[in-house]
Amino acid sequence: MIRKLTATALTTLALTTGSVFASGAGGHTEDVAFSFEGPFGTYDKLQLQRGLKIYTEVCSSCHGLKYVPIRTLSDPGGPELPEDWVRAYAAQFEVPDDSEDAEPGDTRPAKPSDHFPESADPNAPDLSLMAKARAGFHGPEGTGINQLIKGIGGPEHIYSILTGFTGEEKEEAGTTFYENKAFSTGWISMPPPLSGEDVEFDDGAPNDLHSEAKDVAAFLMWAAEPKMMARKKAGFVAVIMLIIFSSLLYLTNKTLWMPVKKQAKEAAKKAARKA
Amino acid sequence: MSGIPHDHYEPKTSFERWLDQRLPIVRLIYDTIMIPTPKNLNWMWIWGIVLVFCLALQIVTGIVLAMHYTPHIDLAFASVEHIMRDVNAGHMLRYLHANGASLFFFAVYVHIFRGLYYGSYKSPREVTWIIGMLIYLAMMATAFMGYVLPWGQMSFWGATVITGLFGAIPWVGEALQTWLLGGPAVDNPTLNRFFSLHYLLPFVIAALVALHIWAFHTTGNSNPAGVEVRRGSKEEAERDTLPFWPYFVIKDLFALAVVLVVFFAIVGFMPNYLGHPDNYTEANPLVTPAHIVPEWYFLPFYAILRAFTADVWVVQLASWITGGIVNAKFFGVLAMFGSIIVMLLVPWLDTSRVRSGRYRPMFKWWFALLVLDFIVLMWAGAMPAEPPYSTIALIGAAYWFAYFLVVLPLLGVIEKPLPQPSTIEEDFIAHYGGANDTPAE
Repeated sequence: MIRKLTATALTTLALTTGSVFASGAGGHTEDVAFSFEGPFGTYDKLQLQRGLKIYTEVCSSCHGLKYVPIRTLSDPGGPELPEDWVRAYAAQFEVPDDSEDAEPGDTRPAKPSDHFPESADPNAPDLSLMAKARAGFHGPEGTGINQLIKGIGGPEHIYSILTGFTGEEKEEAGTTFYENKAFSTGWISMPPPLSGEDVEFDDGAPNDLHSEAKDVAAFLMWAAEPKMMARKKAGFVAVIMLIIFSSLLYLTNKTLWMPVKKQAKEAAKKAARKA
Repeated sequence: MSGIPHDHYEPKTSFERWLDQRLPIVRLIYDTIMIPTPKNLNWMWIWGIVLVFCLALQIVTGIVLAMHYTPHIDLAFASVEHIMRDVNAGHMLRYLHANGASLFFFAVYVHIFRGLYYGSYKSPREVTWIIGMLIYLAMMATAFMGYVLPWGQMSFWGATVITGLFGAIPWVGEALQTWLLGGPAVDNPTLNRFFSLHYLLPFVIAALVALHIWAFHTTGNSNPAGVEVRRGSKEEAERDTLPFWPYFVIKDLFALAVVLVVFFAIVGFMPNYLGHPDNYTEANPLVTPAHIVPEWYFLPFYAILRAFTADVWVVQLASWITGGIVNAKFFGVLAMFGSIIVMLLVPWLDTSRVRSGRYRPMFKWWFALLVLDFIVLMWAGAMPAEPPYSTIALIGAAYWFAYFLVVLPLLGVIEKPLPQPSTIEEDFIAHYGGANDTPAE
């Protein structure tokens, strides 16, 4: 059974040649200066809202966000959309009806307490955690230990994929592949999703390809790490408190040991005089 | 508890006397925290407290995480996301727990290497050392099983690779592996038993920690000078020691607070740095990750495991002698466990009568090389198993064994040690008296 499973796994690996696991292998990821990088970086609420719009109008036709509850769109530290807006937004998605008198296969409009739908196209991976799953934690995406300052590299990878299409295509075993500079194998089965001016923003924010890619990458970072701002704040408070606490303990320790060390000094002096 | 003469608990009120005759628990606590401790302990002796803190942190955060986690292959990954998104402070708990494991291993490695340098394992502290190594083994088992629980890609494939090691044992291997996994492959029964054992083992560790402390409270702490506390009388002992409370409690708490500044900076600002991105993809038995890498704290031993390939002459020799029973895979498994067993046996492998590395001029260099070797192996373990990394790993693994099996036994014979201080008091005065023969550690 194991051998069979391993064989299947190896065959799959050979067929896809690691195409699913971009992190760590190949592909050129560009560094992007996002607002949420570094210990004090925060999400740009308006950017997340723009990213949500791009996700809804473009990405969601194939991809899903199944781990993200829709209500979190109004959470602090996220896109912070008004609750009634989120209610209206949720209603556009159809989810399985879970009420008592529902027939199997019945659907109802989603509520804010529901999650975003799963991927509509089973071949399109879910995007909930993509920004973390494609992160270059250990540096393959050009962000090693300096990820503390430059960010984890995942949103950069998403941005680079979205802007990395060269326009070349090839067909293999009935599947069309598109050349992409950022993708590990160089050829990706996703057609270029953005070409610039795919969405219109009410506030007239730029909608060229690079701005759109940045906005949606930022949104996906929020989707993967919605509690980032609370976490950084807690970390900051903890670090400050612990620095104060360790300073106090340092002084306490010094005072406590002073007589003991003084005694040692006197004993040394006495011994020196004797000699 | 301690063999060092010191003041014992004296019940003062009638209630204390009443309780003390029935359950001497206050006496136990008093004698434990007032234990005479060598004055000259340096900053390398603070990691024990850090380790106690880590165990407590892991148990407390782990119990709360278990309240929200679901050990089922279809639900585990989603339940971790539920913790990250819906549970109050769940993201903080999980990051504390995941990074807490890293702090735990960092501290235990410094603690172990401190013991190796200052000869803390030598008579009469062999039992303390062995219990410590058992704690370390239990920690490795716990951490490994804990890493499987989120049911990400590395969880699944790590579990597949590591349990596969048991499959390499001749004759019984396959049956043993099936028994461990609860089936032919890593699946729901595996996840369930790993969850159960991951919850159980920390309490086994806690019990072993109690034995560890009991053992070194019986022999007294080791110390940087490597000479024993004088035990002729209480007055004599008091010139070498100070009570654990308040002197060492405050000192250790200060050190712990400094360590925690770094720890919380990592948890707050880069909590995923030490993890693997692939573990944010749900486990998929049909897709093998490009590189299966264990967590950083297993890398040195993982490097040793992979170092012995079929083209290494030692492996070929072993295979020829045993008629093929010991193949490369089994040899690697033996080497990995062997690398820990030689550490376990170090009290009897080190023939030098001088305890502290401070007074062993040749030992110092070999020890420094061992530390370097450990770091190189850690690096090699993260690299793909191909030249030049495989060669480096092989050299590293060879030195690891050579240090314990050749260098330590020989050094005791050929090395001429430096003069040691006659008492701890003398060492302490030399350090703090201004006339500085012994450099500050």
